[in-house]
Amino acid sequence: MSIKLEYDVLGENFSTAGSASDSVKSQLKMLGINSNDIRRVAIAMYEGEINMVIHAGGGKAKVEIYPDKVVIVLEDNGPGIKDIDLAMKEGYSTASDDVRNLGFGAGMGLPNMKKCSNSMDIKSTVGVGTTITMTINFTN
Amino acid sequence: MKINEIVNILDCKILCGEDKLNDEVKSACASDLMSDVLAFVKDEAVLITGLCNPQIVRTAEMMDMRCIVIVRSKKPDSETIELAREKGIVMLSCKIRMFEAAGKLYEAGLNREE
Repeated sequence: MSIKLEYDVLGENFSTAGSASDSVKSQLKMLGINSNDIRRVAIAMYEGEINMVIHAGGGKAKVEIYPDKVVIVLEDNGPGIKDIDLAMKEGYSTASDDVRNLGFGAGMGLPNMKKCSNSMDIKSTVGVGTTITMTINFTN
Repeated sequence: MKINEIVNILDCKILCGEDKLNDEVKSACASDLMSDVLAFVKDEAVLITGLCNPQIVRTAEMMDMRCIVIVRSKKPDSETIELAREKGIVMLSCKIRMFEAAGKLYEAGLNREE
């Protein structure tokens, strides 16, 4: 048994970036999941959402909540990631100055997402898009 | 430390959350880099920042932070203040710079009580 949630993440819209993560966070809170686990989910998904807004012109976030874990799938039709190993390096970023002025784009997003997840898988094709799947296991 | 004390120490203007000034905060994170804030895991924290866009509220919300202090008298737009109000986050604005604001709160005992 699981709860399935789906969100459209709007591109180029910084004021709504984070609203999907916020909604997932409220759901988990209602389900009584412990606050550390909720925070890991919220951070991982929020960084992912920001990435979709910054780099890919938006996308879709599919979240499935199981009794023992959350699986987050972030899909976009953006430019894709040429070199995933490089993108995973702390401090590496291709974000614009506009994005940096908002407090993101310092090359910490993907590493933060990985740190918060139990597993993270990136599938990306240049010119086609990127799909990131993150699994976060509950600790209790 | 109560949020009220922060208001006094930093001589803050209250932008929203007047009803939560008696809430307790235990630590603070001073940064303009939201990804660094998202890597800072502590309960009942204050965010001190020079930014004033809606993402400071989203970030604080993700991290269960109680209060945001915006330095150098910057004023966020009404949409950002409204979002903070909706999320139950106290938003304050002070005149001084981030380094000084962080220093004053540290000196007053924030981040040092365990």
